Formats: sequence, structure tokens, C-alpha cells
Amino acid sequence: MTGFVRRFLYGSLIIWQRDMKRMLRDKHQFYGSFARPVLWLVVLGMGLRPVFKGNGGVDYIQFIFPGIVAMSLIFSAMWSGISIIWDREFGFLKEILVAPIPRTAIVSGKIMGGATQAMVQGSITLVFAPLIGVKISLVGFVSLIGIMMIISLALSSMGIALASRIYSYEGFGTISNFVIMPLFFLSGAVYPVQTLPSWLKVIVSVNPVTYGVDLMRGAVLGTFQFSIFLDLVYITGFGVVMGMLAVVLFRRY
Amino acid sequence: MIQVEHLTKKFDDVVAVNDISFVVKEGQSFGFLGPNGAGKTTTIRILTTLLPPTSGKARIAGLDVTKASDRVREKIGIIFQDPSLDERLTAYDNLYFHAALYRVPRREIRSRIDKALAMVELLTSRHKVVKTFSGGMKRRLEIARGFLHMPRVLFLDEPTIGLDPQTRKVIWEYINELKRDFGVTLFLTTHYMEEADDSDRVGIIHQGAIVSLDSPERLKRKMGGAQIVLPSKDENERKLKNLKIAFRTLNDHVYIDVADGSVRDTLNRMIGQSINLDEMIITQPTLEDVFIKLTGTAIREEAAGPMEHLRMVRRVRGKNR
Ligand SMILES: Nc1ncnc2c1ncn2[C@@H]1O[C@H](COP(=O)(O)OP(=O)(O)OP(=O)(O)O)[C@@H](O)[C@H]1O
Ligand SMILES: [Mg+2]
Repeated sequence: MTGFVRRFLYGSLIIWQRDMKRMLRDKHQFYGSFARPVLWLVVLGMGLRPVFKGNGGVDYIQFIFPGIVAMSLIFSAMWSGISIIWDREFGFLKEILVAPIPRTAIVSGKIMGGATQAMVQGSITLVFAPLIGVKISLVGFVSLIGIMMIISLALSSMGIALASRIYSYEGFGTISNFVIMPLFFLSGAVYPVQTLPSWLKVIVSVNPVTYGVDLMRGAVLGTFQFSIFLDLVYITGFGVVMGMLAVVLFRRY
Repeated sequence: MIQVEHLTKKFDDVVAVNDISFVVKEGQSFGFLGPNGAGKTTTIRILTTLLPPTSGKARIAGLDVTKASDRVREKIGIIFQDPSLDERLTAYDNLYFHAALYRVPRREIRSRIDKALAMVELLTSRHKVVKTFSGGMKRRLEIARGFLHMPRVLFLDEPTIGLDPQTRKVIWEYINELKRDFGVTLFLTTHYMEEADDSDRVGIIHQGAIVSLDSPERLKRKMGGAQIVLPSKDENERKLKNLKIAFRTLNDHVYIDVADGSVRDTLNRMIGQSINLDEMIITQPTLEDVFIKLTGTAIREEAAGPMEHLRMVRRVRGKNR
């Protein structure tokens, strides 16, 4: 058993290392990770700011800031799924599949790779906090990083689970748009969700990002909609379920 | 080292592999010959744990490929027919990643990679991104990668396709060295007859079934003996009829099948009739002939049976002059 644990950890590490190497080679992605949060902050923040005047005394840009961080995490965590589809398309997946590492290690290495990329994205977004007047305490910052990790791992697991059953790049693009958009917009990330029709509220209440955003907003602004306990349990539980699903689906590949 | 029993693989309505059985002993090489779509790659995918069989059994080093796939993967190396490199990484990084996956000891990694790269003459391109490589360079890199970790069994799915003759030669020298010095068991598919000729045993697969399995020498011997080829002139044909030697005429040439060990006797008789032997050639059966006879198809499209044979005859004759 300990032999398996060691092989699992080692294998995950190697798979993760490769994704890191690829990430560091890709300069466009790096520039993109600066550009995207700016774009969203400007487009959404500046554009919708007047509409949301007087939302509990919180400035709109500050209100959506945790949402923009969540957006960064969603997009790049889902990217981990794309990387599996690419590997399959270019034939490299075969090389990994015949290697003497457990299938679960491939899945977990890929999940960690996607989560790391998401963390890099999310952290870059955090850099903009002082510029828009968001002050984060040290405790808030540390908890924010922790929360981001959990969200990244959970969403990255979802990306891998999806990619294990979808074989084309286009197919994944279509499906992930269907997933990413509601995940982001129906989470309370960009607007308060209290006024939504009740059937949409149902989606909001099952959406894991809702709880992630609530946690992050709590860490940044100190206001929670749900209890911290519920937030943490839901998002962690979602991550665990997705992780297991990814393992099961990828195994059968 | 490799044991296959009644292996069958069906894809929906296609039977890709149909009840094949064979054994490859440790340190031996096994060549798999078959036309496109015969089921070669499918067999390799089953043996390398990438595909579960529909029925039947396969074992590598005594380990069942479906039940102990993790352990089987520790024993094998494979050079895929289709591309399998990470094109965004450098040649060195591709090999490094492979070495790490197979837990090559850290101190050895560098020297092994350098040696492998030198063998396929890619040492100067080691830090270039694979995307910028030519097709031949990519193939050479994949081959270097295939035995970087010194597997016990090496699968080679048309390893030298698309390579120039010089590189093919270097690579086969290295593969044979692995076999000779380390006792690596080889399982290869190829379209090049001379590569299959070097195998200890050859299996000819056609429409998913093995139609013949033996050493190359014995396969060729089953084809019968040598063949004497003469230009077809009325005079030659008349004299052969006088001698009661059976022959076939095809496209300006006369073909005489000669039973094993009676070439000298036949020639003596022909000389007795003063047949002009200036343009005569003697050919031995090749694996190509065996293949055509057993499957009714040529292995390569351009090798279209008798016409190709004739072209070869002409080439040989041209050289002799
Ligand atoms: N994944 C698959 N799904 C359906 N049919 C398949 C699949 N893989 C292979 N086949 C079919 O199985 C048969 C054998 O294919 P295989 O790739 O094993 O041939 P091969 O001997 O390697 O041919 P080649 O010389 O062209 O590489 C073919 O008819 C092919 O169409
Ligand atoms: Mg093939």
C-alpha cells in the first residue's frame, strides 16, 4: 500500500512538472493572464458601476473584485481539461498511458497542474486589488489564498472529468462554455442574486462558485451571505466528488 | 516473454484481431508483417495495455496485460506508429520527462539522454523545440525515447518508416545491439522486408488472423527453391521444351522454378542445349514473395506482384552489366 502511495505521489509530481514546463514556455498565456482581469474589471466594473450604486455601501468595483478573481480561477482551471484533449490529439497521451505510473496519478497530476495555473492567474488578479482601493488584511489575504486553492482544485477536477469523456477540442469548447458562463454569472460574482427569479436561484444555490465567491468576498470585505462552514463544506465536497468522478471517467478511457 | 492465446478484438462490426496465438521467447525478435488494416497496431495496443481485448489472453513476462497492467507497463517500451511527442517541449525535455516517468536513476539521466541523442544524431538540436523538427527528426527522437529506459520488451510499430536508409541502418544497428548485449525482446511491425528478414521469427497477419508463423528462412523455403529468369526468345523457349523443363512466360521473361538443390543440374542441362545464359539471373524467394502468396496482396502499394518482380529483375540486370 505504501508502495502505491509513493508511486502515486511520484507520478503526480512528474505529470505536474511537465504542465509547469509547458506553462512557463507559453508567453502569450502569461500576458493574457495580466490582460484578462484588467479587461473584466474595466468592462464590468466601470460599465455596471452606476447601475449598482448604493449596494449596502460597498463600491461596485470592490463588490465584483472577488468575482473577477473567481473568473480567473474558472477559466484557467477549466484549461486543464483542454490540456488533456490536446495531449490526446497530438498523441502524447499514449506516452503517458503506457508509462508505469498509476492512472490516478495522471489524473491528480493534471488536476494539480490546472489548479496551479489557476492559482497563478488568480494571484495575478490579486495584484490589482490595491489599484481599485480594495484593502485586504493579512489574515484576509492568507485565507483568500487558501480559499483560492480549494476552488482551483475543485474546478480543475471538473475540467478533467469533462475532458475524460469528450474527445474533440471543439466539443470541449462548446461544453465548457455551457458550463463556464452559468458558473460565473449565476454565482453572485457580478451582481447580487437576491432579486433573481426563483428557478434561477435554484441554479445559484447548487453552483459551487456561489459558495467560493461568498468565501472570498468574506475574506476581502468581511460580509458573508452563507455561513463559512456551509461554504467550505460545499465547495470542498464538490471538489472531492469531481475528483473522484475524474478518476473513474479517466480510468475507463 | 510474450505469450498470446486466442486473442480477439472486435470494434463494433470489425474484427480487427481474430483469434491469434503466438509466443516470443526472451531475447528473441518477432516480426509482424501484414498489409494496412491487418491488425498489427491493434495487437500492439492490447499487448501494451492500452486496449482491453474482447477475448483471449496475453501475458508479458508472465503478467496478464489486463489484470496486472501496471506491472506490465514497467517492463515494456514502445515506439508508436503515430506521433507521440510533446511538440511544445525541447528534445531534451521530452527525453527527460520520459526518463523521469520510468524512474531512471537521477545521476544517469543526463548521460543516457546524451547517448541516445548522439545515436540518432540529434545532439546539436537537443534544446530546440520539437515543433521545429522535420518528420525524420521527430521519428528519430521517438526511437531514442523508446529505449531510453532499457525496457525488457520493446514494441516497435513501423519504427523506421519515413527515415532515410542511412538512419535506418544506424538505428537497426543499435536495436540489434540492445538485443545482443542486453537480451531485450523485440516485437516489431514493419513494411520493410529486409527488416523482417532479420527477425528470429516472422508472423504474417492478414485480416486479423495469423496465416503463417516461422523463421524467415523456413518461410522462404516453403515457397520452393530458386527461380531462373531468362529473356523470352523463341529460341530459348524451344530449347527448354526440348529439355522438358517447365517454365512460365510473363512480360518478355521466362521463369523457371527450380527445386531445392537442383540449380546446378538444371543449368548443366541448359548449357548442354547451348542456351545463351548471358542475360540469365537466379533469384531466391523473398519474404515479399511469401507475403504475396499467402495474402494475395503486396505489402506496399507500389509492389504490385509480378510487375514489381519484373522491375526488380531489371534493376538487378542493370547492375550486373
Ligand atoms: N478504435 C478503433 N475503432 C474502430 N475500428 C478500429 C479502431 N482501431 C482500429 N480499427 C480497425 O481495425 C482494423 C485493424 O487496424 P490496425 O490499426 O490494427 O491495422 P494495422 O495492421 O496496424 O494497419 P497499418 O499497417 O495501416 O498500420 C482496421 O480495419 C481498422 O479500421
Ligand atoms: Mg498500424
